[in-house]
Amino acid sequence: MQMGLDALPAASYALPVLVSLLTVRFFYVLWRSGQPSSRPRVAGLRCLIVLGSGGHTAEMMNIVTMLQKNRFTPRYYVAALTDNMSLQKAQVYEQSLVQSGGKKTVKNAHFTQICRSREVGQSYITSIATTLLATLHAMWLVIRIRPKVIFCNGPGTCFPLCVSAFLLKVLGLGWSSIFYIESIARVKKLSLSGLLLYKLRIADQFFVQWPQLQQKYPRACYAGRLM
Amino acid sequence: MGGRERRMVFVTVGTTCFDALVKAVDSEEVKEALLHKGYTELLVQMGRGTYIPSKVSANSALQVDYFTFSQSIADYIREASLVISHAGSGSIFETLRLGKPLIVVVNEDLMDNHQSELAEELADRKHLLCARPQTLQETVKAMDLNNLLPYMPGDAKQVVTRINKFLGFPDD
Repeated sequence: MQMGLDALPAASYALPVLVSLLTVRFFYVLWRSGQPSSRPRVAGLRCLIVLGSGGHTAEMMNIVTMLQKNRFTPRYYVAALTDNMSLQKAQVYEQSLVQSGGKKTVKNAHFTQICRSREVGQSYITSIATTLLATLHAMWLVIRIRPKVIFCNGPGTCFPLCVSAFLLKVLGLGWSSIFYIESIARVKKLSLSGLLLYKLRIADQFFVQWPQLQQKYPRACYAGRLM
Repeated sequence: MGGRERRMVFVTVGTTCFDALVKAVDSEEVKEALLHKGYTELLVQMGRGTYIPSKVSANSALQVDYFTFSQSIADYIREASLVISHAGSGSIFETLRLGKPLIVVVNEDLMDNHQSELAEELADRKHLLCARPQTLQETVKAMDLNNLLPYMPGDAKQVVTRINKFLGFPDD
């Protein structure tokens, strides 16, 4: 039909242009991530804090307690569906802030659960399907929350979230600065999440807690130990 | 109760199942070695383990008791004269923060044993002793806890300062 014939040449122009734009945008985002902010900042930043089982939450809470609360607010805590303890710990902490500050109820903190990409011991093959599902859920969370800052330290749940945030940056739908702090239990080798985020240059700043790791991964930052 | 000063050894496996450690600690050789070093009591937090140690309350022998889980093991660590722990970072740093001598036992049955990296590094720095379930007895026999160095806990100050700087916040 007439309309169909006209649409085809239009598409054959539009598609390469779109791909080129996205490619340029992609490399711009890669370059711009990792560049410290040039403008001084005053207001509060909405943040996404990824919690994980084992030592992850303890280390992350060490960071959160040190953050200036007026700069990093509101705080969205995310933990895996099967992780019962982590959100509880965060809730206890946020509650303590309310009580000591003499303020209103916990308004600046939110607690959400996310599908896990991979359970401990799960086969790598089925993990591909669950990771895809987790990624979709992650995308939805990041679109809904639109964090300006993301804090994560290694649980599998953080990878889909960081990738989603990065994708949104490329699509120009929001900008989150991603801070990754590798767990203190990683002395000689990075975790899988850490290695992926390091190699793909998705994190704006990548911290390690042992000097040996900083030597092995020179783009990483060694800023002491959290524990 | 007898005139002995109470010196308790606290064994913890966290939330894991680490039967090899509980068995090793419950063996006659290790209990003998602990008794010889002046310990009077053994308290085992066995987590999800299936091997149950035998309770002992006789006066001259090493007293043995156990439990599965507890909301917080900090109090047990505080009461202990020696802690024997699995290689989880939480248990390790909780013990080091409370300033107690620590033997970390690495679980060789775990597939991805990145935990041993941390235990070995801290042992190299002389903050704790490292052992395997089979070598626990000789570690206890040979240990000189006076050689251990105290661990200075870290904090998130440096990391948070760098993050603030990166985001363009003014220096505090």
